[in-house]
Amino acid sequence: MGIKVIKDKCTGCGICFKVCQYGAIKIIDKPHTLENGKEMKRLAVIDLEKCVLCGECVKPCPTDAIEIKTQTHQFEGKENYKDVMVFAEQRRDELEGAAFELVGKGRELADKLGVNLYALLLGKDLKGKPEKLVAHGADKVIVISDDSLYNFLPEPYTNILMNIIKKYKPSIFLAPSTTQGRALLSRAAGKIYTGLTADCTGLDVDSKGNLLQTRPAFGGSIKARILTPNMRPQMATVRPKVFKPLEEDTSRKGEIIEEKISPELLKSTTKFEKWIEDKTSAISIEDADIIISGGRGLGCSENFKILFELAEVLGGAVGASRPTVDEGWIPYSHQVGQTGKTVGPKMYIAAGISGAIQHLEGMRGSDLIIAINKDPDAPIFKIADIGIVGDLFEVIPILKEKLRKVING
Amino acid sequence: MKIIVCIKQVPDPEHAKMDEKSGTVVREGVELMVNPFDLYAVEEGLRLKEKMGGEVIAISMGPPQAETALREVIGMGVDRGILLTSRDFAGADTWATSYTLSKACEKIENYDLIICGKQAIDGDTAQVGPGVAAQLGIPQITFVRKIDEINEKNIKAERLVEGGYEVISSPMPLLITVVKEINEPRLPTLKGRLNAKKAEIAHWGPEEIEAEKDKIGINGSPTKVDEIFTPDLSKDGKIFNINQIDEAAEEIVKKQKEMGLI
Repeated sequence: MGIKVIKDKCTGCGICFKVCQYGAIKIIDKPHTLENGKEMKRLAVIDLEKCVLCGECVKPCPTDAIEIKTQTHQFEGKENYKDVMVFAEQRRDELEGAAFELVGKGRELADKLGVNLYALLLGKDLKGKPEKLVAHGADKVIVISDDSLYNFLPEPYTNILMNIIKKYKPSIFLAPSTTQGRALLSRAAGKIYTGLTADCTGLDVDSKGNLLQTRPAFGGSIKARILTPNMRPQMATVRPKVFKPLEEDTSRKGEIIEEKISPELLKSTTKFEKWIEDKTSAISIEDADIIISGGRGLGCSENFKILFELAEVLGGAVGASRPTVDEGWIPYSHQVGQTGKTVGPKMYIAAGISGAIQHLEGMRGSDLIIAINKDPDAPIFKIADIGIVGDLFEVIPILKEKLRKVING
Repeated sequence: MKIIVCIKQVPDPEHAKMDEKSGTVVREGVELMVNPFDLYAVEEGLRLKEKMGGEVIAISMGPPQAETALREVIGMGVDRGILLTSRDFAGADTWATSYTLSKACEKIENYDLIICGKQAIDGDTAQVGPGVAAQLGIPQITFVRKIDEINEKNIKAERLVEGGYEVISSPMPLLITVVKEINEPRLPTLKGRLNAKKAEIAHWGPEEIEAEKDKIGINGSPTKVDEIFTPDLSKDGKIFNINQIDEAAEEIVKKQKEMGLI
């Protein structure tokens, strides 16, 4: 195991040096001969005291001269794990949109593998919900109802999940990367000893049944493809609003399985005291179809007003870039981006936002991106469908009036 | 109260820039820092210690240079730092990291509370906190935005979730992960900096924490990185100038109609 530079492949070009975020690669003067007989003057060397084996240098190397070797674990009975299972998240007995997105994506994966798609649904009163999951693509819905499952608590949910996995042996298990999904799968994967990949934005399977999990890292500046080659199930949380649900088809047939759970499994050390809705913004940005976000270009807290006015006209919510939140112009709950919220509305208007990688990562999933910025070189224009180069204080009022007229007929 | 705070040293994202020509991410020098979310965890630990007495211990897994991160939080007031470092720990995924941190917590023993930042900004997984709780078999409250009540035995905290928050109570020991809203981290004091300079940072390897060799580092990790690549972000959008606002508005309306927004 470990990392090494294959000396007779390394040209000493220095690309790996530039890529490394940990300062673990040096290019030294060391004459050596390549496998093709060419004489090279310089060589990459890895400082093992600094290297964290992140693997980021492997792909950029033009001559495949960096190699990371790992041992793989053996897992007994891997071949018994076949189906695809998704966690149909509900909150206070309401199914989340993410549940249908996962059923849609799970359907595609199950079809490719030629296996069944299960949905796992936990809650209190779930009448009509399993049928909806079938209509959106599930073959079988496992339902567990109990009063105590109305609210999410990590221990009972994890216990149940582990029990279901033991019984049904899915090869793939997906949950949304919400606060619930992340807390649940991290805990379950920790106990089971299997691989869990967070917040995937791309999923596919290969001919060996491996789940190919693509996810952004370092704030979206790079993407990584992750495999869980040996352990089962292959677990992943999936970013909401990336995959589209299938059209509802009430003629689809599916099986609904009511599972009984022993009271032992429902015990929880933590206790759910209460749920408090946060009414700080009329529409929360995660649920909004239209988001109007402001950045440093707004200049001060008061100027967010013009965005709220536009939001009212369009029926949208107001978002913000990190600097405006750091300045205290608007509460953190509005922050879009890597350290804020990830959003995927139908329309995203970025006003006075230059477009740092960290911000782009939080809103790239939007269907239509409109950017307004004074600086024609602002990176935000690179990912915009429609860009307006101009002062937002001039552009927005005109835009608002035009859109108001159209909307009001 | 004995409080353990888990911290991670991460690359400073401000130094990552998109290279316009090649479309790849290039670093302008290597700068490492304490994961910003972990500073909220440290601050919360320090506040609880000030209120209730006890000790705050920071632990981190990383290469020897991660000692700098531990010194930084000692500068803020943390009592001592422990670095989990060994070539055998390198390349750990979230499972192997959780395992390693949990073994260190077991060795520290008799802790009341473990605090983590909600996630690290390099990987953004938010998996290690709950992973540690799972391995230790203790309860967890993730995404905590406020501790409402705390005493030697119990805690009641508000957990930030989509559309609001949940109030959860739990006996100790337990693990919490905290979000930005919870506090405003302090800066290191001059005295703190002096302490940090002098402080001895313990180095623990797999033997010290009695970790099973095949469960740590890249070998113990169930997930494997298959490939890392730079995504292409650019779109071929229509760009208008200030004199073409009418056209821009028409284009927006057209698109909105296509998408059924109007």
